[in-house]
Amino acid sequence: MLKITDLVKRYGGGDPVLKDLGLTIEGESVVSIIGSSGAGKSTLLRCINRLVEPTSGSIVLNGTELTRLRGRHLREARRKIGMVFQSFNLVDRLTVMENVQSGRLGYISTWAAIMRRYPKDDIRRAYELMERVGIAHYANKRADELSGGERQRVGVVRALMQKPEILLADEPTASLDPKTSEQIMGLLRDLSRELKLPVLINIHNVHEAREYTDRIVGMRYGRIIFDDAPGALDQEAMDRIYSGSPAADRADGLRQAS
Amino acid sequence: MSHPDTWQRPPFISNPVLRWAVYLGVIVYVGWTLVTLPIDWGRVAEGLVRAQRIFGGAFPPSFERSGLLIDGFLESLKIAVLATAGGVLLSIPIAFMAARNIAPRPVFYLGRAIVIVARSFHPVIVAIIFVKAVGFGPFAGVLTLIVYSIGFVAKMLAERIEEIDFGQVEAMRAAGAPYFSTLAYAIFPQIMPRQIGLTIYQLDSNLRASAVVGIVGAGGIGATLANAFGRYDYDFALAITMVIVAAILLSEGVSGWIRKRL
Repeated sequence: MLKITDLVKRYGGGDPVLKDLGLTIEGESVVSIIGSSGAGKSTLLRCINRLVEPTSGSIVLNGTELTRLRGRHLREARRKIGMVFQSFNLVDRLTVMENVQSGRLGYISTWAAIMRRYPKDDIRRAYELMERVGIAHYANKRADELSGGERQRVGVVRALMQKPEILLADEPTASLDPKTSEQIMGLLRDLSRELKLPVLINIHNVHEAREYTDRIVGMRYGRIIFDDAPGALDQEAMDRIYSGSPAADRADGLRQAS
Repeated sequence: MSHPDTWQRPPFISNPVLRWAVYLGVIVYVGWTLVTLPIDWGRVAEGLVRAQRIFGGAFPPSFERSGLLIDGFLESLKIAVLATAGGVLLSIPIAFMAARNIAPRPVFYLGRAIVIVARSFHPVIVAIIFVKAVGFGPFAGVLTLIVYSIGFVAKMLAERIEEIDFGQVEAMRAAGAPYFSTLAYAIFPQIMPRQIGLTIYQLDSNLRASAVVGIVGAGGIGATLANAFGRYDYDFALAITMVIVAAILLSEGVSGWIRKRL
């Protein structure tokens, strides 16, 4: 269970990006966070694995308070939190297998990592997961030879290699074409069910959020102003989430198209 | 409504008074230096005669003592190879220290300071110091060129590290990877091509510089050349010069060829 209470993040001396935010995620549900650019979605996700330092508040993952961890304890906590990125963040010049194994770097020694001496269990698990998402035949290819959808599958497998207790996805489909984008969303939903893994997805595409996730959280200016099942997201709620920003027009267009 | 049909690029210095003042200042300064520089035209004329004598004595070049020449050249090569290996190995940690995006502030300043000190003296000056410190010979040359290599390789590599895609580092951090594993997976693969290119370039550059630092006593073919001049063996000196030029052309060609294929 992930429990966020009174989370505040302020960059410099300006207006906080996150304002006393509270959010609880239980079970293995797929939760999407929607909201216009600058609403604080990405900051929220990055506060959870501390790529961004929260200013105050508390984030507890399965009994561990994450906000005050340092050094080795922080690294140990991060191992339990998988992350999938918008621009994939693969190491282009390394092979798919090396990229996938980089999800295990928190578990193996630096020497083993440099010598590429991965434990047998990890190699077997890598092949299983790559098989599952359909990229096993690319194991020896360089990551930059793959297409966008394939690269994001590598990103997903890398995160799953960590045996995470929660998966964070920061706009995982924003760099992909519509069809591939739906495939990746479907994959995230299916994997969540298979691995009993809670998944938290930042997403701009409201249609995909409705289609593939169990719960939608709407953010506006650092606050959560909507939190319900996809069915409850009506026009009035959409207006509140996206009002007064260009993103409103985009969401409208999408709704009519779907 | 009519529009103008001429257009000029806005000048680099927009204030016209300042612009013309800068132009005029540069011209006046160059004129002033020419006038005040002590050039003794009589000595220049004498020098021309002496130059004629040197070149006259240099032709035809003499390869009689080619054993000495080959020894000197091989020593230069050894100096260059050792200095490149040592310099590049030391450059890597210094480059990481001197990269703003990954080093903590105090470490960054220390790294930058090392690079600046290594760059601020010409190899000849460094060589004079090392010859005083460790005596005549190739060891002084190796030390000199190590400093020279650090100044160039560490600086260029640090700049490459500052240009990396930081998302890859973020991905490793998010997975809980320790510091050195993150360097090995997220940064090394990104800077590797530049690293290899710089090493080859530096080897070529060190070979050239080893001839120069030899003249002030730091061993190698430069020392052979200085001796030949000292003994008025202009024909041998010309032979040495020709070999140096040929070797540099060759190494430049090879290093360019390899770097293009990286």
